[in-house]
Amino acid sequence: MGSRRPDRRGFLRGGAALAGGLTLGAVEPALGQKTKSGEFIKGSEEMIAYGERSRFVNSVRIQHPPGGRPSPDAFGLVFHVAAPLQDSVGMITPSSLHFVGTTRGSFIPDIDPGEHRLMIHGMVDRPLTFTMEDLKRLPSVTRPHFIECAGNRSRSQHKTVQETHGMTSCAEWTGVLLSVLLKEAGVKGGGSWIVAEGTEEVKGASSIPMAKAMDDCLVAYGMNGEPVRPQQGFPLRLLVPGFEGIFNSKYLRRVKVVDRYYMTYNDYGHLRQDPDGAALGYQIGPKSVITFPSGGQQLSGPGFYEVSGLAWSGGGAVGKVEVSTDGGQHWTDAEIQGTPYRMAHTRFRHHWNWDGQETELLSRCTDELGQVQPSRAQVTKFFNVNRVPGQDNSIQPWRVASDGSVYNAIS
Amino acid sequence: MEAFTMRFLSVLPLVMLLGGSALAQSPTYGVGRTPTVEEIRAWDISISPTGEELPPGSGTVEEGALVYRRKGCAGCHGRTGTGGRSDRLVKRDAGPDADPWDLGRILPIRAPYATVVWDYINRAMPLNREGTLTADEVYALTAYLLYLNDVIPEDKVLDAQSLPQVKMPNRDAFAPLPDWKPGRPRLLGYPH
Repeated sequence: MGSRRPDRRGFLRGGAALAGGLTLGAVEPALGQKTKSGEFIKGSEEMIAYGERSRFVNSVRIQHPPGGRPSPDAFGLVFHVAAPLQDSVGMITPSSLHFVGTTRGSFIPDIDPGEHRLMIHGMVDRPLTFTMEDLKRLPSVTRPHFIECAGNRSRSQHKTVQETHGMTSCAEWTGVLLSVLLKEAGVKGGGSWIVAEGTEEVKGASSIPMAKAMDDCLVAYGMNGEPVRPQQGFPLRLLVPGFEGIFNSKYLRRVKVVDRYYMTYNDYGHLRQDPDGAALGYQIGPKSVITFPSGGQQLSGPGFYEVSGLAWSGGGAVGKVEVSTDGGQHWTDAEIQGTPYRMAHTRFRHHWNWDGQETELLSRCTDELGQVQPSRAQVTKFFNVNRVPGQDNSIQPWRVASDGSVYNAIS
Repeated sequence: MEAFTMRFLSVLPLVMLLGGSALAQSPTYGVGRTPTVEEIRAWDISISPTGEELPPGSGTVEEGALVYRRKGCAGCHGRTGTGGRSDRLVKRDAGPDADPWDLGRILPIRAPYATVVWDYINRAMPLNREGTLTADEVYALTAYLLYLNDVIPEDKVLDAQSLPQVKMPNRDAFAPLPDWKPGRPRLLGYPH
C-alpha cells in the first residue's frame, strides 16, 4: 500500500496541472484528456450489471492493529480491518471500504434474508417476530451515522491516518427506528434496558439503556443505498448512534426488554474501575483528524494546499472544527461542509499556504453540546497516567518536515 | 411556578402509567407475528446476573476438567487454561491480596457475576461448534474455570441455584455505570 502512494499522488498532481492548464487555452485540456494509444475499458456484462472502480484507484482496507492478526486468516476468519481514511473525500465511507470490527475472529454468516427473523420479547405486552418483509412495511428513516470502534487509538508507531484512525467509518443507514418496534410490542413498566443479540456464531449481545433504545436506535436493512453488506451485518444491523462500535449489533435477531443491566460478555469488557473512566465509556467523545495532509503523504513543495479532514462526536452534531497549522499556537475555524448531521462524520476544510518550514498540523472538534476534543497532554493530566485510558479522542498532530514529508507527531 | 412544577411532577407517574397501558392495548401498525412460548424459549439464551433463565442441570469441578479435555478446549486455551492461540482463562499471579483488577482481563475472574461465564461458554464455545454443549457440560466447565481461579472450592457443585450465589471477587469492585440521557455531555468538566 505504502509503495503505491507516490503513484497516486503523482496522478493527483497531474490532475491539478491539467486544471491549471484550463486558464491558458481551450485547446490544452482536450489534448490532455486523450488516452494513451487508444486504451479503453472493455465493457463486460458483469461491469454493466454491477460497476467497479478504475484500475488506477487502489485504496484498500488493512488489518488492525498494524502487524496484528491477518484478516482473513488461514481459516477465513475475519478480524479487525481499518478504512483508508487518507483517500477519503466527503463524509460517506464506501461500503466496500467501511471498517470491520469483530467480537473475536469471525466467519461472516451467510444469511438468507427470506429466513431471517427479528424477535422482540421480554418485558413487553406482546412479543413479536418480524420478517424482513414485515420490517420494510413499517415507516422508515434514512440517516448518516458513523460507527467507531472503541479501540480506534493513535499510537506513536502508527504511520498513516489509516493506522491511527481507520477504525471509524460513516455510512447512510436506512431502516426502522427501534422505538417503533418497541412501542408496537408495548414496553412494560420497569423495562429499563434492552439486550440486543446477533445471529453470528458467538451470538454477540450488548445491554443498552432504554433511554437510548427509545431515542434514536435504528434497525437498519439499508446501507449507502443498497442492502447492508454481509461484513456489516446483513440483513439487519442495530445502529446505536454515537455509542462505541460494539453496541451496533450485526445480524440482529433478538431484542429482549429487561429490568436491569444484563452484564453480557460484551458488557463485562466495558466495566471500569474508575467512575470517570466508566462515564467516558459508551458515548464516543468529540473527535477529529486531518486526512490530508496526513502521515505517509508527501507535499510537492511550498504553496497552496487545502487541509481537509473528518470530525465527529457521539454527543450529537459537530459544532465547529478548528485547525492549527503552527503546532497549536494559533487556531482558525475550519470550513464545515454543509450542515453537520447528528453522530455523523463531518468533512472540514481549511486553506493553507505552506511556507516550506517544518510545522505541525492539528485539528480540534467541538460538538453541539460544547464538548471539546482534548489534547493528549490534557487527557494524561486529567487521569494522571502517562497514556490515554479508555477511548482515545485526543488531538492528532501531523508533522510536516521541510522536505514535504508528513509524519505522526505523537511521541 | 415551583408549586406548579411540584404538582405537575406528582401526577406525572399516573400520566405515564395511563399512557403506557393505552399504548399497550393498541399496536399502531399491526405488523409482525406473535411467537409461540416454545419459540421464545428456544431463542432466549440471555442469562441475567441473578440467573432466572438458567436451565436445569448441574456440574462439578471434576466433570468440568473432563469436559475441558474432551471438547478440545486445551487446543486454544492451553492444557491448564494459561492460554495459547486464544485467551488465557486463569488469573495472573499478582500476589495474595491482589486487587481483582490486577488479575487480568480474564473472564472467569474479572466477570462480576458467575452467570456471565456460564452465558458466554453456552453461547460462544467451543469454536465452530457453538451451542452444542449440554447444560450439564456448561455448568461443569464453569465450575472447573472458577475452581482454577480460586473462586470456588474443589467440591462445589454448580446448578441454577448455586451458580448465581457464587461471589466473584469483582462483584462490588467496578465503577457505577453512567446514567445515560440523550443530549448530555459524557463527563462534566472533562478534560479541564
